[in-house]
This record gives sequence, C-alpha cells and structure tokens, in this order.
Amino acid sequence: MNKFRKLISSHLFLPLFALGLLLIFNAFATPGFFHIQFQNGQLFGRIIDILNRASVLVILSLGMTFVIATGGIDISQGSVIAISGAVCCSLIGGAGDGTARMPLVLACLIAVTVCMLCGVWNGFLVSTLKIQPMVATLILMTAGRGIAMLITAGQNVPVYYTPFTYIGNTIPGSPLPTTIYLAIGMVLLVVLVQKKTSVGLFIQTVGINSKAAHGSGLNVNSIVFLVYIFSGICAGIAGLMDASMIAAADPNNAGLNMELDAILAVALGGTLLSGGKYYISGSIIGAITIQTLTTTLYALGVSSEQLPVCKALVVILICLLQSDKVKRLLEQRSYRKAVDQA
Amino acid sequence: MSEPLLIMRGIYKYFPGVKALQNVDFTLRAGEIHALMGENGAGKSTLIKVLTGVYPRDAGEVLMEGTPIAPASPLEAQKAKISTVYQEVNLCPNLSVAENIFIGREPKKAGRIDWKTVNRRAEELVRQLDLPIDVTKTLDSYAVAVQQMVAIARAVNVDAKVLILDEPTSSLDENETQRLFAVVRRLKERGMGVVFVSHFLDQIYELCDRVTVLRNGELVGEYEIGKLPRMELISKMIGKELGNIQSVNAGGAPQAGEILLEAEGVSAFGRIQNLNLTLHRGEVVGFAGLLGSGRTEAAELLFGLARPEQGALKLEGKPVRFSSPLEAMRHKIAFCPEDRKVQGIIGDLTVRENIILGLQAKKGAWSHIPIKEQERIADEYIRMLQIKVSSPEQLIRNLSGGNQQKAIIARWLVTEPDLLILDEPTRGIDIGTKAEIQKMIVQLAREKNMSIVFISSEIDEMIRTCTRLVVLRDRKKVAELTGGEINSDRVMAAIAGGV
Amino acid sequence: MSWIRKNILGSRYFSFGITVTLFLLLYAVGMANYRGFLKPQVFCNLFIDNAALIVATIGITFVLLIGGIDISIGSVVALTCMTIAQLLDKTNLSAVTVTVLALAMGVLFGLLQGWLIAEFNMQPFIVTLAGQFFARGLTAIISRDTIDIVNPAYTAVASARIYLAPKAFVSVGAVIALIALVIAALVLKYTRFGRNIYALGGSEGSAALMGLPTRRTKILTYMVSGFCSALAGVIYSLIMLSGYPLHAVGMEMDAIASSVIGGTLMSGGVAFLPGTLFGVLIQGIIQTFITFQGTLSAWWTRIIIALLLCLFIVMQTLIVRSRRRIHAEN
Repeated sequence: MNKFRKLISSHLFLPLFALGLLLIFNAFATPGFFHIQFQNGQLFGRIIDILNRASVLVILSLGMTFVIATGGIDISQGSVIAISGAVCCSLIGGAGDGTARMPLVLACLIAVTVCMLCGVWNGFLVSTLKIQPMVATLILMTAGRGIAMLITAGQNVPVYYTPFTYIGNTIPGSPLPTTIYLAIGMVLLVVLVQKKTSVGLFIQTVGINSKAAHGSGLNVNSIVFLVYIFSGICAGIAGLMDASMIAAADPNNAGLNMELDAILAVALGGTLLSGGKYYISGSIIGAITIQTLTTTLYALGVSSEQLPVCKALVVILICLLQSDKVKRLLEQRSYRKAVDQA
Repeated sequence: MSEPLLIMRGIYKYFPGVKALQNVDFTLRAGEIHALMGENGAGKSTLIKVLTGVYPRDAGEVLMEGTPIAPASPLEAQKAKISTVYQEVNLCPNLSVAENIFIGREPKKAGRIDWKTVNRRAEELVRQLDLPIDVTKTLDSYAVAVQQMVAIARAVNVDAKVLILDEPTSSLDENETQRLFAVVRRLKERGMGVVFVSHFLDQIYELCDRVTVLRNGELVGEYEIGKLPRMELISKMIGKELGNIQSVNAGGAPQAGEILLEAEGVSAFGRIQNLNLTLHRGEVVGFAGLLGSGRTEAAELLFGLARPEQGALKLEGKPVRFSSPLEAMRHKIAFCPEDRKVQGIIGDLTVRENIILGLQAKKGAWSHIPIKEQERIADEYIRMLQIKVSSPEQLIRNLSGGNQQKAIIARWLVTEPDLLILDEPTRGIDIGTKAEIQKMIVQLAREKNMSIVFISSEIDEMIRTCTRLVVLRDRKKVAELTGGEINSDRVMAAIAGGV
Repeated sequence: MSWIRKNILGSRYFSFGITVTLFLLLYAVGMANYRGFLKPQVFCNLFIDNAALIVATIGITFVLLIGGIDISIGSVVALTCMTIAQLLDKTNLSAVTVTVLALAMGVLFGLLQGWLIAEFNMQPFIVTLAGQFFARGLTAIISRDTIDIVNPAYTAVASARIYLAPKAFVSVGAVIALIALVIAALVLKYTRFGRNIYALGGSEGSAALMGLPTRRTKILTYMVSGFCSALAGVIYSLIMLSGYPLHAVGMEMDAIASSVIGGTLMSGGVAFLPGTLFGVLIQGIIQTFITFQGTLSAWWTRIIIALLLCLFIVMQTLIVRSRRRIHAEN
C-alpha cells in the first residue's frame, strides 16, 4: 500500500498517467495509431507526427522549466519565436529561384543570437532592475510581434530555399524528422549540464530562497540572467523549426500562445509555478502529453477553434489532481486508518 | 485573580507520524499573565493554534467562561474573544494603522464605511497605549515594535478577553520591551487574561504570574512563578539536571593567536560608524549590544553582504575589499546569518544539499562535487555535529529548529574557514542544543585555531564562551572587555553606557 | 531635497501624478502637431473607442489588487459578443433580456474560476488560462463565422449619441464605462468588501489570521472580474455590432498594461482606480496619434505601448525601492 502511495505522489505519475490514458484511448479509437512504416529510408506514422510537432514544445518547455524554477516566468517566448522566424527568413530571402542570400547555417545562427539577446533583455529587466518576471516579459511579449513585423515590413516572408525546410521536416536520407534530433540534442545538453555542473542545484536554490542563496555565495543575478538567456535561445531554435515547417515567416501567428502551452507542460510535469524544485523529465513528458492530446482531439474531428475547450478541461482536471487539497484528502483517508489501527 | 477565564482540558492533536499534543490541560484566569513554556517541539505553538482555530483538535474540550467553544477558524476564535499577536506581526503593511485596527469590522454610516470615525477611534486607542503616531499613515511606515502595538490595539478593540502574545519581544530592544510590558500590565488590570509565550527567562520572571510547562507534547505542570526557582523551571523544561549546561567552558576561554582580520575606521551609513576591530586566530570574540546597536550590520561588513564607505579591512596584513559574500568566502571567511528560516535553510532541498551548498558555491557551478563526495561530506558533518536526521536525503524543512541550525553551521564549517561569524546561532533553540553549540564554538577556536565572532542576545552565553567581548551601542563600538572584565555587571554597564 | 523626497516621492499619489502628467504631455504634443486634436470630440473619442477597455481594466485591477491575475478577459468579451449576437439572431428574446443573460454568464464564469482558485489553491494563471481556452473555444463552437447584430433596439443604442456639449458627444458605452468606474472606486473605498481586497493583497496570511473572509473575498473578486469582462463584452458588441471568434484577442494584456501604467502593483495591495483610467487613456492617445499620423504602421502601437509599460514599470520599481529607504530612515 505504501509503495502505491509513493508511486502516486511521484511527480512523474500524473503526466505519465495522462499520456498512458491517451495512448490507450488511441489504441482503440484510432486504427493504425501505433503503426509505423519504413518507406524510402524514412519512418512514417502517427507517433512520428506527434513527436515531430511535440519537439518544438519540448524545446520551449526546457527553457521555461528553468525560468519557472527560479520563481519567474517568460511569457515572451511566443513573440520571440516570431522574431526568430522573421530574422531567419528575411536573411535567407524569398527568391523565387530557390537560392539563399546567405548561407543557411549563418542565417540560423544570427536568428538564434538575436533571440539570445532578447533573453539578455529579459534577464536584465528581471535580475538587474528587479522587475517582476511576469511584468518584465510582458513588455517583450507586447513589443515582440511588433518588432517581428518591423523586420518583415509587415509581410509574411515565404522561403523557397529547400534546405531551410529540412529543419522543420526531414533531411533526405534521415529516418526521423530533424525536429526530433534537435529536441533530443537539447535534452541531452540539459542532462549533461545537470550531471556535470551545479547549475541545476544553484537554480533550485535561487528559486527556493534567493536571500539564502546570496548569503551562501551564489551569484543570484548571474543565475537569473542565465535562465532567461537560455529561454531566449530555446525560443529561437523553436522559432526556426516553426518557420521551417511552413517555409515562411508569419509574424502575426508564429508561436501564438505557445508560451502558454510551455507553461502548461512545465506545470503538468510537477514543477511548481512558484519556483524551486524542477523536473525536466516531467516537463518533457508534459509537452508530449499536450501534443498527443491535441493530435488525438484533431483525429476525433475536433476543429482547431474548438480544441482549446478540451485542453482547458484537461488542464483543470490535472491541476485538481495535483492540488494539495485532493492530495490531503487521499492522505487523510489512509492516515485515519493508521490512527484507528494504532 | 478569580475564576478561570479559559479552560483547556485533555487536548489531543495528531499530525501524520507525530503526536503533537497528548492530554494537555491549560487554565487561564482573568487578570493574570500566564507564561507558556517549553523547548522546541514541546507543543506550545500547536496548543496556541488549536486555541485560535488554526488547527482543529482531535480530542478534549475548551471552555471559555464556562461555555464550550470549538473555534474552527481564526475568525471564530476572534468572535470567542480570543486575540493573538504573532511574532511576525500579522497585519497588512499596505493599509493604514487605523484600518489595520478596524479591518473586518469598520464602523459604517449610511451603508458605507465611516472613515472619520475609524480614524478618530484609532487615534484614541493608540493614545491609550502611549503611542503617538499618525493613524492615517500606512503600517509599513513604522518599525516592528510600533506594528506590534498596533496589533495589540486591534486586540483591545475587539474586546478580547484572552490575549495571546507569541514571542512578542524577539524583535524588540529593551526600551520597546518595557513599553510593551507596561501595556500588558494595564491590560491585566482591566481583567484580560494574557498568555505569554517566550523563551526569555528574565522577561517571564519579570512579567508573569504563573507558568505552564510542556515537554514533548505532554503537560509537565502549572506553577506560580513566585514559588518556582529558575533552575527548577529549566530542569522541568528539559527534563534533565542543569549541571550539563554549566560545563560548557570547562577548560577556560581559548587563547588568542596571530592577527587574522583587522577593521580600521570602517564606516557605512545606516550601519556602523568608525569600527576598529582586530580578530585573532584561535579566539572567540563576542559582539554584545542591544537590538539595533549594529552587531549584525558590523558582521555583514566583514563578509561582503555590505560594503564599507570609509575605512579599510586588512586580511593578514594585506588590504582587502569584499564586494560579495562569494569573495569573502574565497578569503576563507564564513557567515552564519541570524534568521535561519529566511536567510539560511533552503527548505525544499535535502540536508546533504544544504550542507555542501557553501562549498559548491565557492568552487563555482562548473566544478561539480561528485555525488559520492557530497555524501561523504554530509555524513562526516552529520556525525560531527550530531545532527538528528533519518537520512541525509531528508528535506531540511522537516528537521527541528535546532537540527536545522546545526546543518547551517555545518554548511559553513565545510568551507573550512579561518574566520567564522555566527549571528545568533542559538536563537529559538532548545537548551540542550544551545549547550552543544556553545561547546562546539569553544572547541573550534581551541582545536582548529579558527577565529570566531559570536553574536548573541544572551549575555550569559557569551560570558561563558568568549575570549573578548566587543560592546556596541547605537552603531558604534563603545567598549572591549577581556579576561576578568567579562562578567554580567561589566557587560550590562557597558551596554547601558558610562563605562 | 529631502522634503521633496518625503512629500512628493513618498506620497501615495506620486505614481498617479506621473500618469496624469504623461497623459497631459501627450495631449499637448498632439495639440501642437495636429489641428484635429483641438477638437473636443477627439477627447470624447478616447472614451468612446476605449470604453470596453476601461471596463476590462477595472476588472483586472480588482484581481491584481488581491495579487491574482485573470488572462481570460479577452475571451470572455468575445464569448459575450457571440452569445448576444447568437441569442438576438436565433431567439425572440429582447435586447435587455439578452444583455442580462450575458452579464449573468460572465458572473458565473468568474464564480467558477474564483472557486477553483480559492477552494483548491490553484494558480490563478493556470486557471484563467484554462478559462481563456475554454471561453475562446466555446465562442468558436457557437459559430466560426461572424454573426451580425441587427436587432433594432440594439443598433439604436449602439448609434446613440449623448451630447455633452454642442460639438462633443459620447456613446452609451462610454457612459456605462464611466459609471462603472465611479461605482468601482466607491466599492473599493467605502465597502468592507473593497477594504478586504486591499488587505488580502497586502498580506494573505495576515488577512486570514485577522479573521477576514479570504476565500469569499477571492471568489467575489473573480466574479467582479467576470462581470466586468462581460460588461466590456456588451460595450464591445455595441461597437462591433457582431459576434466573431477572434474579437478582443489580447485584450487582457492591454488591460494589464493599462492598469500597471495607472499605478497598480502586480504584487497586490496597491492600486488607484482613477490612475487606471488614465492608463487606458494613454493607450488611447497613442492609438489616436497613429491614426492621425497615417504613415505609421499598426505594429508601432504595440512597440510604443511596450516601451511605455517598460518605462512605468522601471519607474514604479525605483519608487518602491526609494520609498522603502525613506521609511527605513524615519
């Protein structure tokens, strides 16, 4: 009985449980859900699609997890995605003959660097000027799309340079879409940093008690700066993937409300929005769960406008289950039993 | 003194895995000041929380003027005429003084709040308490001592019959404490029953009529203060003989070695003026003085938590400037802060993580200490300081206050400092652990040749452990006592002035 | 110098003073640059065009005061518009009945959100985020296309002009907004509910220990926000005369920005409603500039508002910090 309770209270339980339910549901409701084909050197299937789309959210959630762990939040991620796409596509150019004005790698690097600078801006406001994170990132969130539109002069910028589409889709000859590789790569990077450095410990310490962190010799400002910069980089990479998927920069709609999905994924994964201990594995599974939910609902015929209603219900349900009150209800029941037996 | 105002009988309270209160009785009479004492974990705060409706009781009864009550919320306790003034003054800083007194029960005229009456009556109340303040200013314009008085004014206004004061003097200096006592005595004359929860023996003997002692969740007894000698009271609280405590400094005070840190004319506005100080290896230097005299502020200047505006610091003869705690740590200085909850423990992290944090911060994020090494260090220091944990992976917030404090001290010992500054390391800790910490301080100076700065509000502690005593008053160093000069009378005189 | 510090910087109304000054400055700049600005109707148009935002900002200010947040405002506005349009189109209910139903729906929505937040201690951001998804989705479920409002009573009210002066008129929506503002200010200052909101925002723990009805206050506050969102929706429907799933996207962010520029602290406990009115007016003036200028593209509004927001937030932070220092020195 104790083992079962331990299992339930583990932070991974909820996202895994939700994911499990969705997968089981799909196994019955969607024929061929788990079917994976290998054609022309590529893997095809529903699962691959889900992982492909989820990769963008996974990368965003990584950045968001660390920001939330320090007790902050970054609601500018969506706007930064728009900026990323705008910069990259403008640099490559929409030449109809399929050529690029600048080497792809350089354009991507510049785009991600610009997004990193956005992170520096957020970090500056939060750590140096000590402005509340929600308010500070609200500024870039409001201005970001305006900046993106400024860069593209208000237009959507289509890109005909084929290699650009490889980022969001598949490089010819590779079994899996590039997005999945990128997501795995970022996750591995984070895991490496966690294991080999104390950055994780420092971030948690700052999130739990920044005064004590400072008094114990931590450079709180640097740590806070770092997480916003990383969030900016994640949004930059996500923006490249997003723009590549539609082979264009769409400053109005790129990444719209995506930061909200990222926040949801992090919260689902067990990290408290007030900061402190964080769970990368939880965020990743949360992101995949949200994407699976979206895909499942589409498959059931739910339209894209109606989708949010279901998301909302699921969110509330999951957060209810995670809430202290419900946990205490379950605890008290088993505790009462123990007291009576004592 | 008359019939009992409040009777609590046979109170039981359980938490998961813990029997917080077992069969506890508590009686309060009208017009008496009744102390509630016990070591950490004795159940004092749980009993208070049961009385004020924060926790529901599991068994027992509570009678208020003969009528059974069962307050299920602070509001119901208030309605039952029980008011509490907490240690962290629980008022709203953004509201005015007058509003804090009346909130929830503002007088109305024609359906809307009558601000004129609110302000007028608030003024009358604060004048009664000898408090000449502007009631229309926001509460956070005033110091903690004033805020506490406002909390009492609120209690009086609610016509409370029972007033609970929970560690009210922890943040007050001597003057403020006496002012508080005067007010409490006046309330006693008006027939209020006052419950006084505190660790300060002197104050309890000065103010209270009776005392109830709890230990490990059980009632030890109720006594008249006038008939209970201090030694007996303490032995009832800790359940063992007092002899142990006296033997802390059996070997005599540690001797001073070579000079480690010098402060010459160090000044910082609002903190300290013209501090001249020499710290030697192997000695324990105490900082004595009233609250607000500048002890913590001076210590923070030695550690990089604040920067000197004038004067200089010299470490082993070489001038140094610390722009952050990390720099001071790199120069082998350690600082264990005053308020472990706010500035010390990282609640959601494990004991192990809390212990190695200082060392890891010193090494930087990129020089990660491998897990095995972390575990080794944690085990070593848990053993050394006898920290009671079920495992090093236990979350530090589940430890008792004394063990938490030991863990924080361990954090600083791990960095192997030359100079260790301890700011009120024994505050809010039971007597047994207090003695252990004092013994440890003397040992560190003697055996590891560490230089220790020991800040405490309890003169006895410092007299027992210190080689030298630096006395501060009003942000200035006013005296330095050594050897035979270190006794209660000299120290009190130096603190008071006119040495 | 220290007199200035104490009495001006330390004054509760400093932030408000800055906001009003900024507004007057902007207006002066407008009058200097554009002939059109001299017309009193331009001032009235500020209220007409931003009436919905004013009401929405009132609602968000209540929520920000208790230290919460409500990002469902825009979606509830859209839902309200759509509901009104749908009911007027498909049923025989009168305009008044439909409006009352819409307002009731907003209150219910707020009640639900407030209950989840207060009862289960859930994060307001997440709950109202779900609320946003829910309301937006519901709007699209009712209809994915525009539904026009042609009900004669409704259109009559929508085009009504209330003349304050021979050449200056305001709309019914603007009048509603101003009445709402006055009522809200009175509630905050003169009712126990209003004072409990301030107390809750100042320190939730203290408010609970002082015996204040924290749970009830929280739920009521979100109900107020829901009502304001619905009322803003009614006003919006008078302006747009249609229901459409993409109405009022992002309005909550505009409301938050207006409130903050008006002096509300996002940490709670501090707000001054007249200030938030000016916050909205400042947004309106910038919008008017852009319209008058003609050459500036729409996205500049966003950038300028963001810059202003940035400025105000930095200023607020500095003021709060220096106030703390002033009080510490006393």
